[in-house]
Amino acid sequence: MNSTQAISSAPLAVETSGVVKSFGNYIALRGIDLKVPAGSTLAVFGPNGAGKTTLIKILASIMRPTSGKILIEGLELKDNVELLRARLGLVAHQSYLYSNLSAWENLDFYARMYGLDDRSKRIGEVIDLVSMTGRKHDRLSTFSRGMQQRMALARALLHKPPILLLDEPETGLDQQALDAMWDIIKREEDGRRTIIFTSHSFERALAVCNDVVILERGRIAYKAQACTLNLDGLKQKYQECTAAVKK
Amino acid sequence: MKFWNSVAAIAWKDILSELRTKEIISSVLVFAVLVLVIFNFAFNLAPDLILQIAPGILWVAFAFSGVLSLNRAFIPEKEENCLEGLMGCPVGREAIYVGKALGSLFFMVLVEAVILPVFALLFNIAVLQSGLITVTLLATIGFVAVGTIFSALAVNTRAREMVLPILFLPVVSPVIIAAVKASAISLNGQSWSDMTIWLAIILAFDIIYLTVPFLVFPYVIEE
Amino acid sequence: MRTRIFIILSAILLLVTIAMEMLLIPSLASAQNKDLIQYSPVFYWHIPVAWVALFAFLCVFIASIAYLWKRTPFWDIVATTSAELGVVFTTFFLLTGSIWAKFAWGTWWAWDARLTSSLVLWIIYIAYFLLRTYISNPEQRARFAAVFGILGFVDVPIVILTLFVSNQMHPGDAAFHLDKPQMIITLVTGVVAFTLLYLGLLFFGIHLREDAYEVSKLKETDGG
Repeated sequence: MNSTQAISSAPLAVETSGVVKSFGNYIALRGIDLKVPAGSTLAVFGPNGAGKTTLIKILASIMRPTSGKILIEGLELKDNVELLRARLGLVAHQSYLYSNLSAWENLDFYARMYGLDDRSKRIGEVIDLVSMTGRKHDRLSTFSRGMQQRMALARALLHKPPILLLDEPETGLDQQALDAMWDIIKREEDGRRTIIFTSHSFERALAVCNDVVILERGRIAYKAQACTLNLDGLKQKYQECTAAVKK
Repeated sequence: MKFWNSVAAIAWKDILSELRTKEIISSVLVFAVLVLVIFNFAFNLAPDLILQIAPGILWVAFAFSGVLSLNRAFIPEKEENCLEGLMGCPVGREAIYVGKALGSLFFMVLVEAVILPVFALLFNIAVLQSGLITVTLLATIGFVAVGTIFSALAVNTRAREMVLPILFLPVVSPVIIAAVKASAISLNGQSWSDMTIWLAIILAFDIIYLTVPFLVFPYVIEE
Repeated sequence: MRTRIFIILSAILLLVTIAMEMLLIPSLASAQNKDLIQYSPVFYWHIPVAWVALFAFLCVFIASIAYLWKRTPFWDIVATTSAELGVVFTTFFLLTGSIWAKFAWGTWWAWDARLTSSLVLWIIYIAYFLLRTYISNPEQRARFAAVFGILGFVDVPIVILTLFVSNQMHPGDAAFHLDKPQMIITLVTGVVAFTLLYLGLLFFGIHLREDAYEVSKLKETDGG
């Protein structure tokens, strides 16, 4: 099955309209409209509780929205969930990896879940990519936080997803590790991978993204192209957006 | 095909993980043997009377050790939020249910395979007969089928392990009752035809207890 | 209000039923058949209450499915209230059965299929409430309770099926052997009376819970 060619002719990798998510009485997302062109990188900022993680989880199809439409590569997410999940990769707060299995076993498991052909080859590739070749047969419980993050990235890239979602990927990583991570992500994509990530670091984000969005209390408070912004401008805008609601 | 590949992957992952730690197997086995030993002291009966209560003792051992083992089914998925990782995979949520149930079935059958000979030894009863084994296997399928979904429920509640027996044992009691009755018939040396009605009941429950949780499981793990 | 009508109607019918069973039924008994269960008053309480209990659990099952489909708090409220009533009525039919058993068989309980499955049913729906107390998140609580409401319902057909199993202590098909028309009328009146009572209490309980829900919503959004 070669759905890759058929689907990726759509210009927008991700498109949402009116996405709302409520948990009982609490409304986490109040109508999100996003258009993310294929191959672009979108940075999502916002204070804690703004709904960033919720948005990422909904895009990853782990959470269902209360209402609204989500199109991934032109197809409705809710009607094509299983197909589209193979096109999405997710690096979340937690690693999604089993601590008493080895790195290799973890990846082998997910490779089977994603139905990959020629598993061993791909697993080897991805482990080399994140520079964990020497530790591939060690149990995950022996890995440091940074190494686990790298393995989480390896897991996300295993099935070569054209769309990569990252939820605050820089947490717990030092500058060097962060550079390495972005290097890995960019290296594999050939410029065609769409990336959506949430972040608290303006400087790092501006360096890698094409577009910026600020989320506040479940709404998009501000959106702009990165080329039109500088670091101070962005910081100021962020203060404005988050302060405005506090009044 | 993709569905069954995922199911196999999940079941194998659980078995592999358990082989590493041997957490479930060791504690459950010890517990089951303890149950048998306690019963031995609780009832100081003549050999022919033991035959009457043997099926009950067996199923108390299986049921309680089964609950212990099922309790552990979803706990690894809670660490590092692995369940979300599974939910993001391109396969229906039902595959998670079936995979987990298969893993639990494997563990429970393993425990039963050890307990039955131990029981035969301690109580001097020939339990390793085809009738009893068939009943045990069939009933274990139903037991694990319901237990898996309740385990998924229980792990998300405040009281976790305490909740599972309360929720699960009443619902699965018809299967246990039928299993005990059928086992008694088997141990009494009666023919298969006498057991048929009970086997049919257990089979009917197996079907219900596989179908309904299969349909309802996605609602338990959704966010 | 509809609730009041139901309760008043059911109260009237209940009084009528009591009158019928205490006065009418014993008058029908003769020396030979007075020990048959159809001729004792408790029969005309026990059956309607048992019927309503099972009906209540059917409502829990349907409401649980409806909740998972529609996700409105209303269906969760219906399920909870119905489960509550189901437990109350089941307690009542277990108790009336037990009292009758003491008089008829000399024992408070017997472990036959009918009584055992009824007791298990009672435990299942108590567990329904325990499950609810163990979950703090309201949406998750409603969802899990709905799942349990569906899974727990399996025992209800079992309870009904055991009525048709022979060789039990608990009389099975006495309800189908009502010789005299007065008995049928009494039984039907009883069933109608208790069903109306159940519906009245159900609507009343739903209103109470809906109001409580509104209050909690107001409290939550007020601080924002």
